[in-house]
Amino acid sequence: MAFIPHTAADVAAMLAAIGVASIEELFDEIPAALRVKSLAGIPESMNEMEIGRLMKERARADGRPLCFIGAGAYEHHIPAAVWAITTRGEFYSAYTPYQAEASQGTLQLIYEYQTMIASLTGMEVANASLYDGASAVAEASLMAVRVNRRSKSQRILVPATMHPHYRKVAVATASNQGLRFEELPYCTDEGCTPAGALARYDGEDITALVIQQPNFFGRLEDVDALTDWAHARGILVIAVVNPTSLALLKPPGEWGNKGADIAVGEGQPLGVPLSGGGPYFGFMTTRMEFVRQMPGRIAGRTLDLNGREGFTLTLQAREQHIRRARATSNICTNQGLLMTAATIYMSLMGPQGLERTAAVSHARTGELIAGLTRLKGVRAAFKGPCFHEAVVSLDRPVAPLLQALANRDILGGLDLWEYYPELGPALLVCATETKTAADIDRYIAALGECLHSVRHAPHGRPARLAQPRR
Amino acid sequence: MSKVPADLEYTKTHEWVRALADGTFEIGITDHAQHSLGDLVFVEVPEAGRAVKAGEPCAVVESVKAASDVYAPIAGEVTAGNPRLASEPETVNADPYGAGWLMRLRPAPGAAAAALLSPPDYQKLLHAEGD
Repeated sequence: MAFIPHTAADVAAMLAAIGVASIEELFDEIPAALRVKSLAGIPESMNEMEIGRLMKERARADGRPLCFIGAGAYEHHIPAAVWAITTRGEFYSAYTPYQAEASQGTLQLIYEYQTMIASLTGMEVANASLYDGASAVAEASLMAVRVNRRSKSQRILVPATMHPHYRKVAVATASNQGLRFEELPYCTDEGCTPAGALARYDGEDITALVIQQPNFFGRLEDVDALTDWAHARGILVIAVVNPTSLALLKPPGEWGNKGADIAVGEGQPLGVPLSGGGPYFGFMTTRMEFVRQMPGRIAGRTLDLNGREGFTLTLQAREQHIRRARATSNICTNQGLLMTAATIYMSLMGPQGLERTAAVSHARTGELIAGLTRLKGVRAAFKGPCFHEAVVSLDRPVAPLLQALANRDILGGLDLWEYYPELGPALLVCATETKTAADIDRYIAALGECLHSVRHAPHGRPARLAQPRR
Repeated sequence: MSKVPADLEYTKTHEWVRALADGTFEIGITDHAQHSLGDLVFVEVPEAGRAVKAGEPCAVVESVKAASDVYAPIAGEVTAGNPRLASEPETVNADPYGAGWLMRLRPAPGAAAAALLSPPDYQKLLHAEGD
């Protein structure tokens, strides 16, 4: 059954009213060469029973491996209440409504989400979420160009220690709008951006500096020094942060003397399951003085004519349903459902719960690294502290080891070879609060065995699980 | 009925232009424009030194319902944006032809201002738009 309410007569009447012969004609302005003629290669439709069975088979093929991969998406415990509430009919929508004030509950939720995210990042104002962490970095870069009117260059400095996919998405999104992303080298001993990497930009016109904390290697950058360096030169600072880490680390609003100007990040750790890579959501916060250049909307608490509390959209005039092509961003639709889950997650965890989650994750990763580096052929790649993720260097290629681990139902981490070949064989590993001491022991023992056997049998059984690419 | 002072020139997009003694032009939005937008909550003015083309969007006036571009009536270089509007955007509502000016512009050499409307012509335009 097709869920299309218009009858053929309705359609004919509407076409007649606007003087068009057929629906096809409405698409005339799309050049013929760009139009798909047929849907070759698209399989026949399936009924509900068939698709249900297919999905169950696919899920079974994924298995339930023990996961030590982080690299931007983190497995945390999600209290059962989070999704029980999120999937209630009142909340179960991907969108904030366009007739917003009719949906007071949704507006209150956005208001609470924005309050919590602003508080977590130590910033003044938050939008109602973005697609994901990577697109949030791209949006923050575009916003920095609008905000920093002193700078004409549209040059954005991005450390090589920022998530490689975030860098790629930022370039793909913003380079056609004239932004240039320039990569800052990192210290291969410490896995951080050294202050010296910035010296060559002294006196040049730079629009913004992006700083990821913790960085892609899980290491802590010297955010105060980097922020102050940028601000002393009229360069805006875009912070890219992990929300869980903010329960322990200094929030971007307090970096350096002035604090970061825009803070963004991936919201997935706040109650969103890994789900094979999405959907996730991005968050964005900034200073009040830049709020007009922030993509998205803000919900505010107010009083109605009768003096009763109510919620309303206080900032939406620059969104595309009002401003069309001249909107601040044309991808500022938020991730309403994921934001709902995050708000409920933060409410249930509270500051103390989030702090315990962060502290236990940090401790577990410490135990994991200590155990792994006791194995022959494994050493810590970098000196210095990390949050809940770290890089170990291995004495042989990583990929066969990961395959051998996958055969034992363990996802051992992310092979950095594709992204950072200069590090040699290197593995990015993560342990959150979901990993018990027994899980960590199991992984260390398995890697020890694989290091022993893979050397002798590099062509073992084919992996059941391909190396995930994030 | 909106006020249309007789000593100014106007555009079809509801900006007004005042010739100043030093050869620059002061630019704002008309009484009709501010009334249509309602209470302004934010005004974004261009920074001094910016070169603008005639018809180029160079300022934004924002009410709770809409954000509208303000177009440069003449090509030239911005000599000043009204600094008061950053903290007091409501000045545009209260005094659109005076303290609520948006920017001052030095016209580019040979810049044509031919498309500007006289006060009676602007009145006619407003009448046609139903004001």
